[in-house]
Amino acid sequence: MERHFDEELGNLRKELLRMAAMAQEAIFNSIEALKSRDKSRAQEVIDTDDKIDRLELEVDEKCIDLIARHQPMAGDLRFITTGMKINSELERIADLAVDISQRALELIEKPILKPLIDIPKLSVVAQNMVRDAIDAFVKRDVSLAKQVMSADSEADRLRNLVQDELINDYMAKDISTASRAVPLLLIARHLERICDHATNIAEDIIYMVEGKVVKHHTGDLS
Amino acid sequence: MDNPAILVNGLNLWYGGFQALKGINAAFRGKVITSIIGPSGCGKSTLLRVFNRMNDLAEGVRCSGEIIIDGVNILEKDADLVALRKKVGMVFQRPNPFPLSIYENIVFGTRIHLEAKKSDLDCIVEHSLRAVLLWDELKDKLNRSALGLSLEQKQRLCIARLLAVKPDILLMDEPCSALDPQATQRIEELMRELKRDYTIVIVTHSMQQAARISDDTGFILLGELVEFGRTERIFTKPDDRRTEDYITGRYG
Repeated sequence: MERHFDEELGNLRKELLRMAAMAQEAIFNSIEALKSRDKSRAQEVIDTDDKIDRLELEVDEKCIDLIARHQPMAGDLRFITTGMKINSELERIADLAVDISQRALELIEKPILKPLIDIPKLSVVAQNMVRDAIDAFVKRDVSLAKQVMSADSEADRLRNLVQDELINDYMAKDISTASRAVPLLLIARHLERICDHATNIAEDIIYMVEGKVVKHHTGDLS
Repeated sequence: MDNPAILVNGLNLWYGGFQALKGINAAFRGKVITSIIGPSGCGKSTLLRVFNRMNDLAEGVRCSGEIIIDGVNILEKDADLVALRKKVGMVFQRPNPFPLSIYENIVFGTRIHLEAKKSDLDCIVEHSLRAVLLWDELKDKLNRSALGLSLEQKQRLCIARLLAVKPDILLMDEPCSALDPQATQRIEELMRELKRDYTIVIVTHSMQQAARISDDTGFILLGELVEFGRTERIFTKPDDRRTEDYITGRYG
C-alpha cells in the first residue's frame, strides 16, 4: 500500500543526498585548492560551510518531526535514525574540508615544501569512500558498504606514509620545515578522519538495511 | 524457556467451518506484559479468549493442540473451568461493572471462589482497590453504585475485581480503547505496576501502545502467529516481511 509517509521519507532522502553532494564538493574543492594553490577556491569552501550547517539543522529537524508525527517502526525507524547519523557525519566531513582549506591557505603563503604525491592519493581514497558510502545508502547496498569499511585500512596506510615522510625526511633533518610540514601532516590527518566518517556511514547503512550493529566490531562482517 | 506462564502447542481453533487459529506455538513468559497485535479479524482476541476458555460460549467452537497453564492442558474436556477462570481473568474493551455497589463488585468473585469472613472481605476490597490505585479516591464511597464511576475508574474497578480472586494471569482485550489518552496512560502505568505480580497478555489495536508497554509481542495474521519475540526487536527489526509491512502501515 502506498503511504503518504513514503513521500516524506523520499523528501528526507533527497535532502540527505543534497547534503552529501555539498560535502563531497567541499572535499574536492579543498584538495584542488591545495594542489593548485588557489586561495579563492579554499576561501569558497570555508564560506560555503554555513549553508551545510544550516542544511544539517534542517535535516535533523525534519527527522525529529517525522518521528514525532508518525512514530515510525522497524525499517522506517531505522531509516530515519540512520538518516540523522549520516547527516551528522556529513556535516563533520564538510567541517574537515574547511580545516583542509584553512591549512591550504596557510601553505599557499609559503614556498612549496615538496611535490604532493601521497596526499592526493589519500584524497582520492577519501572521496571514493564518501562517494561509495552515499551510493550504498541510495541503493541500500550492504556489500558496497562493507567495501567502504575495508577501504579504511588503505587510508590509514597512506596517512602513515605521509606522516613518516614528513617527520623523518623533513622535520627531523631541518626543523625550519615544520611550518610547512605540520599543515601537510594535519591535512593527511583530516583526510584520514574523513575516511573514518565514511566508514561510520557504511556501518550505519548496514544497520539501516539489515538491523545488524557492526560498529565497534560488535557484529560479524562476513 | 523455563516454565512459561502459558505454553501453546500446535493450537488450531475453528468456528464451525472457519479456521480462526492455525497451528499456534508460543511460550508466554511469566510476570511480563505480552502484546498480541494484528489487523481486525486476524484471530488475536480469539487467542486471548481461549486462554480462559471464553470461546466455549460461542457456538460450534472446536480446538486442537494444547495450552499448558500450571502444568495442566486447559483444553482437556474435563478441565476445571471455574478454577481456570479464577486463575486467568479477563478485562474487556468496555468496562463492565455489575449494577452493584463498588464493594459488592469487588467481592462478587471472592464470594464464589473463596470462603471468606466479612473482615477478610474488607481486607480484600482495600487490597484490590489499592492495587489499582483507587483506594484513596473511593474508600469513603464503597457503598455507592459502581455505575456512577468514570470510564477509567470503571476499568480500574474491573481490574480490581479480578485481583480480588488472586489470579496469576490477566487477559486484557483492548482495555484502553474506550479511554481518552490521559486515562490510557494511567491504565498503562497501572499495568506496569501489576506485572510485578501478574502475567499480563493484552490485545491491542495500537502499535504504539504495544511498543510502549509490552516486553514481548506476537503478530497474528489470518489466524497464523507470524512472529513472536521481544518487543524491542519486533518494532525495530522484525524477521518477517509481513510483520514489517503491518507495523509500518503498509499492510492492506
